[in-house]
Parts: sequence; structure tokens; C-alpha cells
Amino acid sequence: MDVFSSLMDGFATALTPMNFLYAVIGVVLGTAVGVLPGLGPAMTVALLLPVTYALEPTSAFIMFAGIYYGGMYGGSTTSILLNTPGESSSVVTAIEGNKMAKAGRAAQALATAAIGSFVAGTIGTTLLAVCAPIVVQFAVSLGSPSYFAIMVLALLAVTAVLGSSRLRGFASLGLGLAIGLVGMDSVTGQQRLTFGMPLLADGLDIVVVAVAIFAVGEALWVAAHLRRTPMNIIPVGQPWMGKDDWKRSWKPWLRGTAFGFPFGALPAGGAEIPTFLSYVTEKRLSKHPEEFGHGAIEGVAGPEAANNAAAAGTLTPMLALGLPTNATAAVMLAAFTSYGIQPGPQLFASEGPLVWALIASLFIGNFLLLIINLPLAPVWAKLLQLPRPYLYAGILFFATLGAYSVNLQAFDLVILLVLGALGFMMRRFGLPVLPLILGVILGPRLEGQLRKTLQLSAGNPAGLWSEAIAVGIWVIVAIILLWPLLLKLIRRNRPARSSLLPATSGATEPREVSGSVSHASHRADGSSGDGHSDGDGDG
Amino acid sequence: MSSSPTVASRLKGRSELGVALLLGAAGVLVFLDAYGLATPYSKSDPVGPKTVPFIVAGLLVVCAVLLAVNVLRGGKGEAEGGEDVDLAHPADWKTVLPLVGAFIANILLIDWAGWVISGTVLFWGSVWALGGRHYVRDGLISLAMSILTFYGFFLGLGIALPAGLLEGIL
Repeated sequence: MDVFSSLMDGFATALTPMNFLYAVIGVVLGTAVGVLPGLGPAMTVALLLPVTYALEPTSAFIMFAGIYYGGMYGGSTTSILLNTPGESSSVVTAIEGNKMAKAGRAAQALATAAIGSFVAGTIGTTLLAVCAPIVVQFAVSLGSPSYFAIMVLALLAVTAVLGSSRLRGFASLGLGLAIGLVGMDSVTGQQRLTFGMPLLADGLDIVVVAVAIFAVGEALWVAAHLRRTPMNIIPVGQPWMGKDDWKRSWKPWLRGTAFGFPFGALPAGGAEIPTFLSYVTEKRLSKHPEEFGHGAIEGVAGPEAANNAAAAGTLTPMLALGLPTNATAAVMLAAFTSYGIQPGPQLFASEGPLVWALIASLFIGNFLLLIINLPLAPVWAKLLQLPRPYLYAGILFFATLGAYSVNLQAFDLVILLVLGALGFMMRRFGLPVLPLILGVILGPRLEGQLRKTLQLSAGNPAGLWSEAIAVGIWVIVAIILLWPLLLKLIRRNRPARSSLLPATSGATEPREVSGSVSHASHRADGSSGDGHSDGDGDG
Repeated sequence: MSSSPTVASRLKGRSELGVALLLGAAGVLVFLDAYGLATPYSKSDPVGPKTVPFIVAGLLVVCAVLLAVNVLRGGKGEAEGGEDVDLAHPADWKTVLPLVGAFIANILLIDWAGWVISGTVLFWGSVWALGGRHYVRDGLISLAMSILTFYGFFLGLGIALPAGLLEGIL
């Protein structure tokens, strides 16, 4: 497969005047909605899904590419100017970004975020274009058993690794899987969890579920706890950077990109860990460590780049394997299926032109982001002052409109309200939203692979580990599941062992080393947790 | 009767047990629904439509039990923060309930009265619930939003939202 020529074809598709226009609209809409407080990129994409229904798939996905990066960038603008990150991946940006803004350097903070995002996005998208076909080549050789294992791994990793409570993560996953069961069973045609209602036979529309959980749940939750005192918004002029700012920014951009992409591409990577790693690294390497905590530009440049590179990385498993690993990718995957496009490794073969047009428009969207957002930053800052009643009424209004326009039936709005209430409850009691959404989307596909696997092995469960890769993945799954247990064992044994063996033969040395390695990695875990709670405490 | 006050005091402030109850109920529901499916064994589909629901039901019930234990031992889910969220004050039902009311009004009205009317009610009601008190200005904005989206969806996206009572006028 010739990556370069495919990509050029993609550019040719994406640069037709109409499609270019859609890219511009996507970036502007994505940024505008992403800047609005309370609206993260996932919700932005979910709310704007219906707008793309009338378009043909290629144009729709070109618009998505713009919305994707636009929403990401919008989120970081909010966290710099308001110090209240809308989502966990921009928590780190807010730490130094808001300090910079308070010190009168909002323009530089926004500029380094925008240019850093551009650099990271461009490198990340290049890596995506190079890596995805390689992953596909590897993936087409995989059979159902390996797929089943990979999907289980992705679900478990997201559930067990991210978030503060594994138990609540699994509860959320269970609810998502149950919602995914609703409808007609694809193999036997049996109705499951439809309670005799014909309207449920086709299952719950994933757009309705996503809009309900993200938008309606969020609007209700914010309404219950609406901040009555107006927040301080820092006025901002035209973003620009001095020579010194450039000098201090370019290395963090590149290092942040290096952290972000691989983590984004992993099943449970997400953007939280790389943004935090980037922050810590910049703090350690900086020539001005004393500025950290008072608005160091490196502390914005690095994490922002990491965030955007992770966003590009996330698209690698999404396009190559059909595996979404964050909420935004999950919603985009839902959009794929609503166009009748089957996600998975065959995507590059069956929908090649579409995929390459999407990748090309990621480059274009990224570039547009830079030239549109640098001059428009003051306008976006004004959006932050939108009166809150209008903002949240508007979210409900457009959520309703979006969910209704999918099938034009009022019944969907009932589901929207019920699941919105569920989303409210989840926010109230700290159940993470992501496992639920992934459960809804991956659940049915997981079941399909399971049944295919056991059909091939004629019902013998050994079929589940009949491929070498599947075995390897099951081992990783087991480690993730047993990790807290292992950790406990290591902790319990370590002090005992060291007191027992103060000076014995070298045979115990390797054990000691492995013990300390796991201890160190645990410490890193713990401190990243601290970082999060720090950010939360600020907000 | 010393046990009842302790039970009451144990339950106090543990509204999270409701979540465990919901999970458990969902688990039982999924189980019963799958149990009721009649499926002859077929060689081409040894897993059948029941297996996965049983696993999901099991997961939900186990989570329900563990969560209940966790909450009774003093565990607590962290409420989600956010840009406009102030967790210092308790949930403000006087805002949420009218908001839900506006939402339900829209569901009841949309097919009969049409989107322009129901959307106006939804937006205006939501703004009012959230504390907007410029009745006329809010009303005009609501009406403008509904009409604009009605025509925007019809002309731009080719989606005909219901015109309802205003059929023929719009």
C-alpha cells in the first residue's frame, strides 16, 4: 500500500471547494462549541452529529476532522482563561496556563497552546498515516479469537486503569453493556430487553445514547449545582509570542508529542497520563524551575502538545482496528456505523478513499485551526461570557433537536430523558461515563466476535485461546485485573523480605530489583493521582 | 428496638445505596429477560443469545453487591466537578425539576403542536428554570431559535421537523 499516493488522493478529495468549506465550518463550529464551558470535545461531536446527516459520508467526516481538533483546542482555551478544565486531559494545561493568564501573559499562553497543538497535531497525524496501514497489515491476519481478546482488553483497560474507582468503572461498564443488549439479537432474531415495545426492536440509537449521557446528563447536573457567582474571565488580546517564548516552547512541543502519540494509541492510554508526564518532564528539564507554579510557558507548551498528539494517536486504533479508546473516538465510531460503514481492519480496504480523505482533512483542520484561532481568540474569549441560562438551555435545546432528528419520533426523546437522568446520577455518584459509552458501542461487536469464535471451534471454549496473539492478550488482561492484588502482595512482602535478608547472597538481587521497579512505577501512579486532585481542587 | 435507629443512622447520607439497588435491579432484569428467551440449541450458534446477557447480569449483580459493601464501609463516589459546577451547595431541585418539566412538555407537544411551538416552550422554560428573568427577551430568543432551526433543518439538511399546528403557515 502506498501511503503517500493514497494520502495525496485524500488531499485531492478534501481540497475540493465544497469539502474545504466543510472543513472550515467544522473547525469554527468545533472551536466555538468546544470553548463553551461544560462542553468537551465528545459532547461537541455528539451534538453536531445530526448536522452532518444530510451530507455524504466523505464530507461529513471531513467536517468531523475539523470538529475533533477544534473541540480539543476550544477546551484548552477555556482552561487557560477560566482555570476550570472541562475534562481531565486539560487539567494539566490549566495549572500553568491560568497562572500565566493571571500574570498578564494570556496571549502567550494561548499562542503556545495553539502553535504547540499545530505542531503536535501535524506530527501526530503523520505518524497516524504511517502507522495505521502497518497496524492494519498486522490486524488482517488476526482471527476472531484475537479480536475478541483485544476488545475485552480495550474495555477492561479503560474501565480498570482510568478513573479513581475501579468498582464504579465496572458498574458503569455493566450498565453500558446492558444498554447495548437492547434490541433484536443479530443471529437468532430474538428480542432482548425490548419489553414487547416494537420501537425498541432496532436497539437504542447510539447517537441518542451519547447525546443523553453527555449533553442532557451534563446540563441537568450543572443545573443542580449552578455556580451563582460569576467567574473571573481574564480579558485577552491577540495571541503572540516573543523570541524568548519560542525558544522555551519548541522543545516542550516536541517532547510532549513524543509522550502523547504512543499513549493515545494504546487501548487505555488516554491523554491524562502523557499530559502529566510531559508536565513533570518539563518541570525537571526547565532552566526556570522556579517559574513552575507561577506560570511557566513550558508547562503549557508540553502538555498541550501531548494532549493533541494523543488525540491523533487515538485515531490509530480507531481507524485501523475499529477500537475507540476515548469518548470522542467512540462517538466518531458511532457516526461511522450510522453511515453503514463497518469499522475494523477492512476499513482501509473497503473505504480507502474516505479514510484517506479523513486523514488529509486532519492535516487541513489542524492548519485551519492555527490560522483561524490565533486571530479569533478574543472572540472565543467573549463566548465564555454567554449567560449561563442561555448556554444550558441551548444545550438541552440542541440535544433534543439532534436526538429527535435522527428518527423523527418523540419516543427517542423519552429515552433521551431517561438516559439523561442516568447520566445525572452517574455524575452525582462518581461513576465514570466513558466505560458506559464504550460498553454500548463495543458490547454488540464483542458478542459477535465471541459467537463467531465459538462457532469456529464448534462450541469448545478452548477456541478462545486458539491463536498465539490471543493468548498473549489474555495474559495482559489477567495482569490488569489482578494488578491491585499483585500490588498488595508486593507491598506486604517487601518490608518483610528486606528485614529478613539484609545481607545474603546475590541470588536475591534480581528479586529486589524487580520489587523496586514495581514500587517506583506505583509511585509514579500515585503522584499522577495527586496531580489530578490538585487540578480539581483549583477548579 | 435498638436496632432500628442504628439501621436508620447507617442509611442516612448513604443515598449511593440507591445506585447499588439500581445496578442490582438492572442485573436481575437482564437475567430474567434472557432467561425467558426460548432458544433451541443450534450447532451454528453454540453461544446463543442468552450467554452474553447472563454474563452482563452477573457483572451488574456483582458490582451492586460490592458497591453496597463499599458504601456501607464508608466509600463514596466523587461527584464530578466542572466549569460551572459549584459542589459547595447541595443539589438544587428547584432548578432541575422545572427543567425536566420543560423537557417533558416538549416531548408531549412536539408531534401535536410542532417543533416551532414545542421548541419555544422548551427553550423558554429551560431559561426560566435556570434563572433567566427577562421574560420578553427570552421569549423572543426562544421563538427565533425554534424558527431558525426549523427552516435551517428543512432547507439546509432536508430534514422536515413537524410543523404541527402551524402547518400551512410555515
